[in-house]
Amino acid sequence: MSQVAAPVPRAESQVLPGVRFVRGVLSVLRAIARNPAGLIGFLIIVTYVLVSFIGPYFVPLDTTTKLELIYQLPSREHLLGTDYEGRDILSQIVHGGRDILTVAFLAAALSTFIAVFFGSMSAFIGGKVDGFITSVTDIVLTIPQFPLLAVLSGLIRLKDIWMLAVIIGLLSWPTLLRAVRAQVLSLKQRDYVEAARALDLGTGHIIFREILPNMMSYIAISFTLAMTSAMYSQVGLIYLGLVPFSGHNWAIMINLGWTKGAIFLPDAMSYILSPVFAIAIFQLGLVMLSRSLEEVFNPRLRTGY
Amino acid sequence: MATPLIQAEHITRIFETSRGRVRAVDDVSFSVNAGEVLCLVGESGCGKTTTGKMVAGLLKPSAGRILFEGQDVWKLGGEAFRRYRRAVQIVHQDPYASLNPVHTVYDILSAPLFHHRLVRSKAQAIERIFELLQIVDLTPPADFIEKYPHQLSGGQRQRLSIARALTVNPRFIVADEPVSMVDVSIRISLLNILLRLQEQFGTGFLFITHDLAIAKYFAWRGRIGVMYLGRLVELARTPELIEEPKHPYTRALLAAIPEADPEVTRHKQRVALRSLDVPSLLRLPPGCSFHPRCPLFEAGLCDRQRPELVEIRGGREVACHVVVRQERGEPAIVGTS
Amino acid sequence: MQQTKQQTTQPDGAAAAQPAVLSVRDLWVEYRARRGAVQAVRGVSFDLLKGETLALIGESGSGKTTLALALMRLLARSARIRGGRVLYRRDGREVDVLSLKPGELRRFRWSECAIVFQSALNALNPVLKVWDQIFDAAAAHGMGNRQAMRRRAIELLQRVQLDAERVLRSYPHELSGGMRQRVLLAMALVLNPQILILDEPTTALDILTQRAIIDLLRELKQELGFSVLLVSHDLSLAAELADRVATMYAGRIVELGTVEEIFYQPHHPYTVGLLKAVPTLAGGFRPLESVRGSPPDLIALPPGCKFHPRCPFAEQRCLQEEPELLALDTRGSLHGHAAACWYAEVVAKAWQSEQGAQKEAGAPTGMEGEAWPPR
Repeated sequence: MSQVAAPVPRAESQVLPGVRFVRGVLSVLRAIARNPAGLIGFLIIVTYVLVSFIGPYFVPLDTTTKLELIYQLPSREHLLGTDYEGRDILSQIVHGGRDILTVAFLAAALSTFIAVFFGSMSAFIGGKVDGFITSVTDIVLTIPQFPLLAVLSGLIRLKDIWMLAVIIGLLSWPTLLRAVRAQVLSLKQRDYVEAARALDLGTGHIIFREILPNMMSYIAISFTLAMTSAMYSQVGLIYLGLVPFSGHNWAIMINLGWTKGAIFLPDAMSYILSPVFAIAIFQLGLVMLSRSLEEVFNPRLRTGY
Repeated sequence: MATPLIQAEHITRIFETSRGRVRAVDDVSFSVNAGEVLCLVGESGCGKTTTGKMVAGLLKPSAGRILFEGQDVWKLGGEAFRRYRRAVQIVHQDPYASLNPVHTVYDILSAPLFHHRLVRSKAQAIERIFELLQIVDLTPPADFIEKYPHQLSGGQRQRLSIARALTVNPRFIVADEPVSMVDVSIRISLLNILLRLQEQFGTGFLFITHDLAIAKYFAWRGRIGVMYLGRLVELARTPELIEEPKHPYTRALLAAIPEADPEVTRHKQRVALRSLDVPSLLRLPPGCSFHPRCPLFEAGLCDRQRPELVEIRGGREVACHVVVRQERGEPAIVGTS
Repeated sequence: MQQTKQQTTQPDGAAAAQPAVLSVRDLWVEYRARRGAVQAVRGVSFDLLKGETLALIGESGSGKTTLALALMRLLARSARIRGGRVLYRRDGREVDVLSLKPGELRRFRWSECAIVFQSALNALNPVLKVWDQIFDAAAAHGMGNRQAMRRRAIELLQRVQLDAERVLRSYPHELSGGMRQRVLLAMALVLNPQILILDEPTTALDILTQRAIIDLLRELKQELGFSVLLVSHDLSLAAELADRVATMYAGRIVELGTVEEIFYQPHHPYTVGLLKAVPTLAGGFRPLESVRGSPPDLIALPPGCKFHPRCPFAEQRCLQEEPELLALDTRGSLHGHAAACWYAEVVAKAWQSEQGAQKEAGAPTGMEGEAWPPR
């Protein structure tokens, strides 16, 4: 029984879901743009994604061997020069990102998911569950990640990128889990969490609606950095030849550059440096983007205050 | 006589810390009837907040029982316990920590409404939210419903906390220093909102504060319990406690508080205490924990035997050997002075 | 810019009956924030007389802390002193604090004017023992003589009723809040400053500890004779310690007077609002009122008098013209009773008649009294 006619606020229900979605996206973009470094990082990542996933439809991969064009310097025809079989490097760069980016993304997603899920469960439930998960984490943490990856890649036949992503993802969660656990433990003590308990809102609500949303920027940044780490891991593995791969991704290019003697030829610099720069700039883009992620998730900034 | 709504029976709460065991609350008993106000006052570390959380069911007592409508809450089955949880709500002290920064007013108030199926549609939720915002004077409601906590002032945030507590129609609210972090000039308006709840909905209160003047205002028609180092040392109706305090600690407190009136405060009689040191909860003095500072100290008695909270005339309770003896007109024990 | 309509009866700096050790004229302080410039202090003028305690009373957004920090030039880098003068006097010499060079400023701070913050843990360096902190500070201010400093420290710690040797050996977290506050007081007094600025000196403390600190402050002041600028939101603290009180709102002083004048003859609606909002223990039950509304947005202040949105006496003029601090008697707006309100006399009369009515009705005591429940 309300005597006051309740005018429905315009922002909520009269607005179509589609419009709200677009507005949401725009406000995220605005938040990213607030930090210049973050904006540049964002643009770099977007460029990479477009080039690596859509580029291949526009730039055909040069697979013909042209012995007369071996290790040509960059020219108007071949913007990045040619490789040890006379093939255009630029087309290889365009095609070479897809697998690597996919593995990095999947590995990071897997390790972030494991860390967040088990880290928050561990912190929230406490007791023996917490003790068990913490012990497992400590054990995995002490294992040197890269040598283990090397050994595992020898034992398991890596038929496709999914396996590689899974293996990398399964080994890189410990540090993040500890951090997530610490965050959840601290957030658990907050007054608003206690209020949610008093209101009997249930564990699910508390974890997913009260605690995790306050960790979003942390999780997003960790995901970004997990991607950089996954990149290094896979590039390292492939470069060292520990992973039998076919294809033309950037890491293989570096590997071939080494084995085909490109590092000894000044003219062949482009073959080595192109993939190296491609990877390095991508990593840089990720790190720069992470600077903006804090802004994206901070409600203070979303409302323009 | 009707069963009191809330009863605390010899509740104790012990915390294990890295430096030892802390008895934050030590054998405290009191009861509150429906619609009644009980204030717990004391200085920091006296255990009043811990007591409040036990009453609200957020902390389990290490010993003793909390009774809600006569039943031990920690022995209740799932559904009954949850009903008790909803019936007793809490309002926190810090307006900047008690609201989730990523939720809007709508999110905060609608969550319990939907979770407990108190409303069936968004439109109903908005209508109920508008009602709640009106009750706590966050008007016009349409201006507030989309706001984030950081867009509200401290006083407004506290009102929102109260509105949140009201979403589940509680019968009792534990208010833990609800106005101490809010500007002086708006404290009274918040207290008046709470008092209106008592008047309109019959809500009872456990009001926790360190400010005796605020306690006097809020609980004028109720009672005040004074706590010291985890124990309840005096319990009486407010006007009597303020005008005729019995326990030496209560008297020291009342005498020590500065008043906003130069004439009064500069000529107030102070109570001299024997020592300025506040004992640590890790090493409580034996017997009466106030004895090292108490002007009424009697060797051999106060440092040996812990005084129980006993009733002296007229429904007043005091935990002090000397005062109880004086009230009852008994002679002093030979050997002490 | 505020201009004092009535000059003091003596010109600045001349030997008055009670010389001013600190004269602030037209001080403006601004902060840079994302949304715009925060006008924290807007044209504040006052004198701090020798040996007096002046209380600056205000709530959040009043500018009192900014003002105190500005006087010692301890403001954050995002703050700018936009204008005004701060004159300090000792033994007939006068110095403009705002134009002191770094070396002179360091000498000014601590030996001429010292500030004591809340006794919170972060007022003292948590990783240093108390003695190390005192000595570090002394050395930084040019007093490197260990022996002499130690003697002085012990002397002062004893004066504030602490076990000097034990305290000097301790870390801050080993001391209680009350003890830390005493340490801060002792440290502030080491070099015998003429002015002591106290920022919320008792806010974080328990009742009994607070009482001990208040009594200690009174004693120290009597013994050592320094002037005190007391910055607080707590009216009762002013009632205890102050000789004169200035209430602040939205960066300005809105009323200034002796402690009796402020508490018994308030002339500004904000002062009245504060007095009506603070509960007292003495007397029976007294109905109380909050000041309606919220503190102002210091980035976008309303036109005219900044208090008008919350003022029960507001008229048309208040929405248009901001009142200056106007003298209410012949002692001038700096040393007498002054209020920044166009209707000061109306406000004062309303207050007097309310007080009279309450006295006649007999403030309800005991259990009777239908002034309750409040609305």
